[in-house]
Amino acid sequence: MSIKIKEGKFKDRVTDEMKNDFMRKAVSGAQDSLGNRRLTSTDKLGDWESWRTAGSEIRKHTIDNLVHYLSMLSEQISAKGGHVYFAETDEDARNYIKEVVRNKNATKVVKSKSMVTEEIGLNTALEEIGCEVVETDLGEYILQVDDHDPPSHIVAPALHKKKEQIRDLFVEKLGYDKTEDPGELAKHARKMLREKFLGAEIGITGCNFAVAETGTICIVTNEGNARMVTTIPKTQITVMGMERLVPSLEDLDIMVSLLTRAAVGQPISSYVTLLNGPKAEEEVDGPEDLHVVIVDNGRSKILGTEFQDILNCIRCGACLNVCPVYRHIGGHSYGSIYQGPVGAVLTPLLDGYDDHKDLPYASTLCGACTDVCPVKIPLHDLLLKHRQEIVEQGGRAPISEKLLMKAFGFGASSGGLYESGTKIASVSLKMLLRNKETISNGPGMMKEWTNSKEFPTLKTSRFRDWMSKHESEKKHEER
Amino acid sequence: MRVTLFSTCLVDLFYSNVGISTVELLEKLGCEVDYPKGQICCGQPAYNSGYKKDAKTAMKQLIKTFDDAEYVVTPSGSCALMLREYGHIFADDEKWAARSKALSVKTYELTDFIVNVLGIDSIPSTLQGKAVFHTSCHMTRLLGVKEEPKLLLSNVEKLEMKPLANAQNCCGFGGTFSVKMGDISAEMVQEKTRSIQEADVDYVIGADCGCLMNIGGRLKREKQDVEVLHIAEVLNRGMGV
Repeated sequence: MSIKIKEGKFKDRVTDEMKNDFMRKAVSGAQDSLGNRRLTSTDKLGDWESWRTAGSEIRKHTIDNLVHYLSMLSEQISAKGGHVYFAETDEDARNYIKEVVRNKNATKVVKSKSMVTEEIGLNTALEEIGCEVVETDLGEYILQVDDHDPPSHIVAPALHKKKEQIRDLFVEKLGYDKTEDPGELAKHARKMLREKFLGAEIGITGCNFAVAETGTICIVTNEGNARMVTTIPKTQITVMGMERLVPSLEDLDIMVSLLTRAAVGQPISSYVTLLNGPKAEEEVDGPEDLHVVIVDNGRSKILGTEFQDILNCIRCGACLNVCPVYRHIGGHSYGSIYQGPVGAVLTPLLDGYDDHKDLPYASTLCGACTDVCPVKIPLHDLLLKHRQEIVEQGGRAPISEKLLMKAFGFGASSGGLYESGTKIASVSLKMLLRNKETISNGPGMMKEWTNSKEFPTLKTSRFRDWMSKHESEKKHEER
Repeated sequence: MRVTLFSTCLVDLFYSNVGISTVELLEKLGCEVDYPKGQICCGQPAYNSGYKKDAKTAMKQLIKTFDDAEYVVTPSGSCALMLREYGHIFADDEKWAARSKALSVKTYELTDFIVNVLGIDSIPSTLQGKAVFHTSCHMTRLLGVKEEPKLLLSNVEKLEMKPLANAQNCCGFGGTFSVKMGDISAEMVQEKTRSIQEADVDYVIGADCGCLMNIGGRLKREKQDVEVLHIAEVLNRGMGV
């Protein structure tokens, strides 16, 4: 897998996905329940706005001083005996990791959840050199067993799957013979995974936050699988996006407090794992060899641009959980491993406009994403900036739309044009109407509206006509 | 007090009743309403589609038109928000920076103006029946006008305000979104009209004609017997001075 997960047009994907009633029910149900849980957990914290401000300042400060903190992190990890590799591209990252695996003569790899490894297509690369790569996050495991079905939510990757579907999948692929009860399904997955953990030679993890001052890697999970991945295999490879760090442990405290609440409405997740280098002599477990792969893959190009704030993202998924568009179209419609508002901002930046130019328009700019973001990323503004970029620099906007907007500019700046134009429009609209109050079947672009809604008619007299009369009546009264 | 009305293009062309109610209401509240004819559109349709240059042409027209205004009041949270953004949009433009900023500062959404500038939170008006209020996204989240319309509606006689499920979710209008992404917009508005149906009310009240055109258009298609009203129409109803 890489960033792009599906071929074809955005609109076709949307049409297909919106037919999936189960997915839509699952997504809206998750939005409603997560929304309530988030509000309860943030209320309990006290002044959530101050927490957001603090989180936003930490992220801004870190990204503004990224080079400084990355070199600090690198020094700290190296001092503890870990290896740090800066991968400029996804290919560099894959090659380095393949090299580590080859040097160990390893074939058995277990992974905890990591978006950046999806982004760089790591699993396929390792499978190509003969490794068995097993995802150990339950959601990711289900998707992997289902022939690498792509994730549909940053935090809950298998949100679109019914428990009955998962049962059938387990029966077909994993010799399962029980019911669709989630507890039983999870128990079976745990049994299967336990064997994989015990036999694994290499553990690969993502990284929620790396702490620059201490060289600590922090992994936040609810299933404890990242603990297994980082304690049993002799070699650990942690892959992190180059922006995923904080200066200090105090900052980490604030960020984790924000993350678990914004993501799933929990005051803290079941496991918050802090790893400090490879196993020291006096320690009883942990990897003997630790590699931290810091992935750029287009991120440094975002630095210093008007899109820089997107690097503040902590991948909590809260913006997906409130987005009214995501609510109806689900994750797969976006055609990217990063979905929802954050995906619509990030995907074109990392993977270009060619395949993703529709994403910035998949928003009403309602601002729900900006409002919920625990680190105050102005997501709807960034979507708007993408639109400006597409129109002004990209040359990718449809010509008909460009002409329409040109005409808009003229019409809305010239009193005379507006005056005559609105009168002509009034007449032509009336011709469509045949004495009806509203238009039910409009032409051209209006059809997109009238497919589902009535369109109002222009009034015979505009408001300004009434106002002129009103003003002269007033004057008359005064006299 | 002299108030300059920005009617918005939607009101001028489609919803003259909303404009009329706004003028009558402001006059009853003691304002002298001024309406410069050079006003056309705030530029939002082009701006939110990414056409900044074309939008700025429209914006300059409004800046010129409202140069002499003391307060610019508009019956739309979304258009008020757009005008409030002018200051940022022209910040680097020497010729327009000061004038655009001045306009941003003196622009108010209608209920915000009534409650926070005129200092009035109760208007003697009457509407018999049950209603839900549609909280427009731009007005609520981005302009930050949340409580003012609710406060004014709570003081309308004989009107029972009911809660609306998932009120915070966008109705699917989004300006050009409604014709660029018509299918998604349709699903969004249908969820909204389902919630309205479940609320079992006589009226949907809002403060933005864009949202009301969208919701009203769908209610009409579904032949739901619910009347769509702008808050100015409600506050102007049965109001004797």
